Amino acid sequence: MDAPSDRRVVDLLREDLGLTGTKESCGAGDCGACTILVDGESRLSCLMRAIQLQGRRVKTIEGFAESDALHPVQKSFADHGAVQCGFCIPGMVLAAADLLERNPSPTRDEIRQGLAGNLCRCTGYRKIVDAVEQAAEIHDLEKRP
Amino acid sequence: MLKSARREIPLQIGTPVPRADAQDKVTGREKYAADFYGEGCLWAGVKRAGVPHAVLGEIRTEPAASVPGVVAVLTYSDVRGTNRQGVVQKDQPVLVDTKVRHCGDAVALVVAENRDALGKALDLLSVALDPLPGVFDAEKALEGEAPLVHDDRSEGNLLLSGRHRTGNGAAAMDESDVIVEACFETPRQEHAYLETEAGWAQIQDDGRLHIVCSTQTPFRDRTEVAEALGLPLSGIRVTAPYPGGAFGGKDGVTVQTLLGLAAMHSGGRPVKMWWDREESFLAGTKRHFARMYYRLGAKRDGTLHCLDVRIYLDTGPYDHLGGVVLALAMEHAGGAYRIPHVSLNGWCVYTNNPIGGAFRGFGVPQVTAAIEQMVDMLAEKLDVDRLGLRTRNAVQRGDRNAIGKTLVNSTALMECLNVLEGHPLWKHAKQWKAEAGSFKKRGAGVVALMHGSGYGPVVPDVANAKVELTREGKIRVFSGVVDMGQGNASTSLQIAGSILCQSAEQMELVLPDTDRTLPSGSASASRCTYTFGNALIGAAETLKARILQRAADLVMAPARNEMALIPGGVRHLVSGRELPLAAMADFMGEGERVAVHHFRAPVAAEQFDVGPGLRLHGFPHTLFSYAAHLALVEVDELTGETTVCRYLAVSDCGTVVNPQIYEQQIHGAVAQGIGFALMEDFSTEEGRIGTPDLATYLIPTAADIPDMESVAVQIFEPTGPFGLKGVGEIATSGPLPAIANAVADACGARICRYPMTPERILKALRGQPKR
Repeated sequence: MDAPSDRRVVDLLREDLGLTGTKESCGAGDCGACTILVDGESRLSCLMRAIQLQGRRVKTIEGFAESDALHPVQKSFADHGAVQCGFCIPGMVLAAADLLERNPSPTRDEIRQGLAGNLCRCTGYRKIVDAVEQAAEIHDLEKRP
Repeated sequence: MLKSARREIPLQIGTPVPRADAQDKVTGREKYAADFYGEGCLWAGVKRAGVPHAVLGEIRTEPAASVPGVVAVLTYSDVRGTNRQGVVQKDQPVLVDTKVRHCGDAVALVVAENRDALGKALDLLSVALDPLPGVFDAEKALEGEAPLVHDDRSEGNLLLSGRHRTGNGAAAMDESDVIVEACFETPRQEHAYLETEAGWAQIQDDGRLHIVCSTQTPFRDRTEVAEALGLPLSGIRVTAPYPGGAFGGKDGVTVQTLLGLAAMHSGGRPVKMWWDREESFLAGTKRHFARMYYRLGAKRDGTLHCLDVRIYLDTGPYDHLGGVVLALAMEHAGGAYRIPHVSLNGWCVYTNNPIGGAFRGFGVPQVTAAIEQMVDMLAEKLDVDRLGLRTRNAVQRGDRNAIGKTLVNSTALMECLNVLEGHPLWKHAKQWKAEAGSFKKRGAGVVALMHGSGYGPVVPDVANAKVELTREGKIRVFSGVVDMGQGNASTSLQIAGSILCQSAEQMELVLPDTDRTLPSGSASASRCTYTFGNALIGAAETLKARILQRAADLVMAPARNEMALIPGGVRHLVSGRELPLAAMADFMGEGERVAVHHFRAPVAAEQFDVGPGLRLHGFPHTLFSYAAHLALVEVDELTGETTVCRYLAVSDCGTVVNPQIYEQQIHGAVAQGIGFALMEDFSTEEGRIGTPDLATYLIPTAADIPDMESVAVQIFEPTGPFGLKGVGEIATSGPLPAIANAVADACGARICRYPMTPERILKALRGQPKR
């Protein structure tokens, strides 16, 4: 697609493409709500410009599951009560997936540190950490021969 | 392996069913108010005053209006209604017409094709403001020479004051053997919901104004917008999607009236307004700043004897819900204790600071911070066990609480304290403290909590539930109360599904909408599932009886007690014959398939002599939840940094309908309380905000919150739906005093200004005599 090179990525996604699953909450890189995956790594779409996506592979929450079934991280969040108002959740899910990609068996402390850039005001994080821990176990089981 | 067919599981009370909204929220499909755009959508934005107190002069709109892409520039002269909004007092202008009363006041509204044009126009809007001296402290604002925030009020800067006495009041203090005294100041707290204030509006083809907004109060918003803009109530529809967090900050109008005005000048095009974080901090409401003077006296044996309290709340320039917050603060000022002689005085005062308003806990976190530290200070002075002192004075059912109200409903504080006392975290606290490393001090803090739910004795706390058997044979629940994240919509489905024996897959939900659902009050006051749930039980039982009766008629059974609802249908228990719900829907008439039920919550019978003001604002409540909390903290003596290592919340909120949602409420409230205690420092200087964003106003991250434990003491509350009581707010009040008591336990430092930042802790440590 064509876009002005200085268009903020979060606006490109939400307004130009109608992909409103990516949220904006602070517009300054403080909260993580606008997290997307760029070439598989979590990035803040409120701090990126369209030109920075040239030739990159972008994944938002809408395309995250790749099929009708939920991705294990999404399923774990839903099953373990990690979702309340849900406004942080698209960013949180993508950040958690990125964390598990880099560290498939994180400790609870590593999960807390890994998600410290994504603010949630509802949950107190307890069930988010539980959900990521459970997702890691499923992930681990699936990788066994 | 055989693949068994997946069976639908009927919803039941007490099971941790995953929330109905989780699926759409984890996939990004859920559409929040902030996600509404639409064909030809315009942007609306506000010119904020930027000064705390000033007389409004000329507004020059031409330079802004001539920016390409600007559709309208609107001022107070374009508002055809009262131009006033507010929940109790209508004291807040939609657009400033005489004077500016705080930095976040809205002075003009711009509608533009896009955000670039909007930004340019707002920059070019020139507003003449003649500065006035301001008033920035609640106590000083009551002094005779203080500048007046509202010129036309006979009581000057006083919004509401209250006075209450029991026994011999403060005169009984002299009879105490031991007296402790302190002054506490709790700061403003910012809600910091992830979805800042947002909405969308359009004049529909039929001429009606449709507003979609992030709100806790769609029905009340409709009334406020109608009056302020001069529209008939029937000419407005308010739709409330799931808000992306609210916590009280969306209890009342934010963008609604401004959006309505913008839509009336957009040529029929939809208009969107979405405050950015800085505007949200500037114009949104905050937890009231409180200054509280406390004296507490006890007998030598530890029996509480006398309490003398003065409370000053800073409501900023507008009431919002300041009077109600004061009433709750006064009611809870003595905590969950029996105290025979009490003197309470409170003042809620106008200033030129940011607006004080509703925030989860609603005045109770402030006074609980005070009373629960007073109890610890008393224990220290009496040299008795802190938990034992609480158990000795804790209220039980049938007791009069500190304001003299007889507790007629379930009251399980004692059970909470007992569970806490037997919990391993408390039993091993001494050993854990002894294991602190070098330059670390560890401490444990306990608190006892109570929280009243509902609107109090005057304002009717009502809900109207509506349930439908759809043509397709599904059960549709029309929710009149907003679910801002607390999960009450899912709980409603669980309640109706349980009564009608249907699975989650059979249930449908209609979110609050003034055109589709019935008025059921605000999503606030720990009332949502209590009040709406009671109404819903009535509606679901009515529908159930109708379905069973019609089914009995069809199978020629003598009575409906031979029929039972089963997932997806009805079974005749004698013949075994089954009828699908879709078939039942065909047999039933349009009106028969919909059942409604009204519920009004019980109120206190006591008539306290507190004057009409406090009573109207909700004093006293009759139904209370209770809790006992424990915080284990570690203080770094070199840096002053305090870490909450473990946290336990034992709660009496009646029986638990959904353990998962119940825990979510406790965890979230505790986390907000930890932020309030340790880091959330909303600073202002002469009304100007010093912490305008999330880089300067810090809220807890995943790394700041420990693994909390929640234990539910499940005592049945006879007036509650399936025995439940409100769980939404109570846990917010625990962390500040629990952590402060733990810090004092760790290093002897008693800090009375919050949050307890490393700087304040270090200062307190240095002020300590060498031990």
